[in-house]
Amino acid sequence: MKILILAEHDGHQLNPNVRQAVSAAQFWNSPIHLLLAGHGTDAIVQSAASIEGVERVIQANEAHLAHPLAEDLTSLIVSISEGYDVILSAHSSYSRNVLPRVAALLDVAMISDVLEIKADNTYVRSIYAGNILTTIQSKDPVQVLTVHSSNFTAMDLNGNAEITAVEAPASFDRTRWLSEVRSQSDRPALGSAKIVISGGRSLGSAASFEQVLSPLAAKLGAALGATRAAVDAGFAPNDLQVGQTGVVVAPELYFAIGVSGAVQHTYGMKDSRIVVAINQDPDAPIFQVADYGLVGDLFEIVPELTAAI
Amino acid sequence: MKILVAIKRVVDYNIQVRIKPDGSNVDIDNVKMGVNPFDENAIEEALRLKEKGIATEVIAVSLGTSANQDVLRHALAMGADRAILLETDAELQPLAVAKLVKSVADREQPDLILLGKQAIDDDAGQTGQMLAALMDYPQGTFTSELQVEGKEIIVTREVDGGTETLALTLPCVVTADLRLNDPRFVKLPNLMMARKKPIETINAAELGIDVNPRLNLLQVSEPPARKAGIKVDSVEELVDKLRSHEGLLA
Repeated sequence: MKILILAEHDGHQLNPNVRQAVSAAQFWNSPIHLLLAGHGTDAIVQSAASIEGVERVIQANEAHLAHPLAEDLTSLIVSISEGYDVILSAHSSYSRNVLPRVAALLDVAMISDVLEIKADNTYVRSIYAGNILTTIQSKDPVQVLTVHSSNFTAMDLNGNAEITAVEAPASFDRTRWLSEVRSQSDRPALGSAKIVISGGRSLGSAASFEQVLSPLAAKLGAALGATRAAVDAGFAPNDLQVGQTGVVVAPELYFAIGVSGAVQHTYGMKDSRIVVAINQDPDAPIFQVADYGLVGDLFEIVPELTAAI
Repeated sequence: MKILVAIKRVVDYNIQVRIKPDGSNVDIDNVKMGVNPFDENAIEEALRLKEKGIATEVIAVSLGTSANQDVLRHALAMGADRAILLETDAELQPLAVAKLVKSVADREQPDLILLGKQAIDDDAGQTGQMLAALMDYPQGTFTSELQVEGKEIIVTREVDGGTETLALTLPCVVTADLRLNDPRFVKLPNLMMARKKPIETINAAELGIDVNPRLNLLQVSEPPARKAGIKVDSVEELVDKLRSHEGLLA
């Protein structure tokens, strides 16, 4: 039995979620290989090889892999898939784009966002925005899955895997990568921040979203997040959205500020260690999931809190 | 340009689903159903392309029992030209859905296949990518902006930490993010008119496609609820509480 992990990176750095994917893969007690596809990625390959528990890093280094197109990554994975019983990755927009395509070509089901691995082919995952947990068993010979990385403890970096090279199939020439916009921010990344401060529609405008939340974020070294309502109202950029259709976070400390607490939002933050809710409405559902709730005007409370911390 | 839009009938997003008393599955009997919200964005985008004179025909397809006629009627009322129901009682998982939609695409030869990026019931987010794989088409997933330029579609995709823009050669598969557009409201007269439009029904069993579930459902349960904590009365008390947790505030 062998396991292949699709290792996510941004061309500069290995995504921390790879260490959590390796941790999840420990379940099978079998050799773990990482596939690192990209161009000019020697340094990233080195850091991948240092993850404890990895036997081999397979490097595909080609110009056409410089940007992660699902079509190219899929043909690469399928070309080396023989002999692997499990193909997995941490759940993210990177893996969600690629692995269903792989699964279809292998004619197997895919299991998305696995919360817990129960047995070789049995998994727990949630449906209905995290409201229901299901335990499912795959009947397929190859298991293709993504794992919910915050549920798995990251592996240490004292490993020393061998590095091999693989040639990638020719580029799929009907998809062209044109450009990307990366959010520029001095704040930590939302997905891996220790503290997250999320704002809802009550912030009222993009200006006050920034004005009220930024000083607190700066003081705490926190990432900013937002509800879908706040994003749709234009208060915050799309990639700050926490929830069912946005980013799922599980920080040590989560502030929900002016957030009502719709299930679609709480799906994205309910695994946080400590949740603080600040809201004018004492009956807001967010208080049902908050460890500490403070009822009142966020425009008064947040500056006061910023000064007090 | 011909567009095929695949739509799923799901529990209304406002409803909190419960587990059946016998614990075998979720209880969706007598629950309000509707078009999967992301699929509504897909229909809307197809209609806008038609209104711009880029698309010539918009075909909606749905899979399931005859109850799915309601979501197809909704698509027709929004403005779709035709509707196809692949009728089956079987429990369909994403791979089976992709294979069935492919059979319709093989027949209809659309230039663009639009779907929602995920369904809000199973939250799998796989069907579009699987369909693109089976068709050997380019894919543009989680799309928040779309523009047709000659033989290509330029899509902007929502990805972690930003957006990415790709050019896809037609024919291709695009999955819609909620931000792609604001779906129109259906007016009553349109709904009445849609009742008169025919829905073509195909018996899915006669297509000879293996739709057997690959995943067995062993158990459903409710997640451990996060316990509501306490309300504090002041910022001072809040800060005290937070400081009482070691290492929480550096």
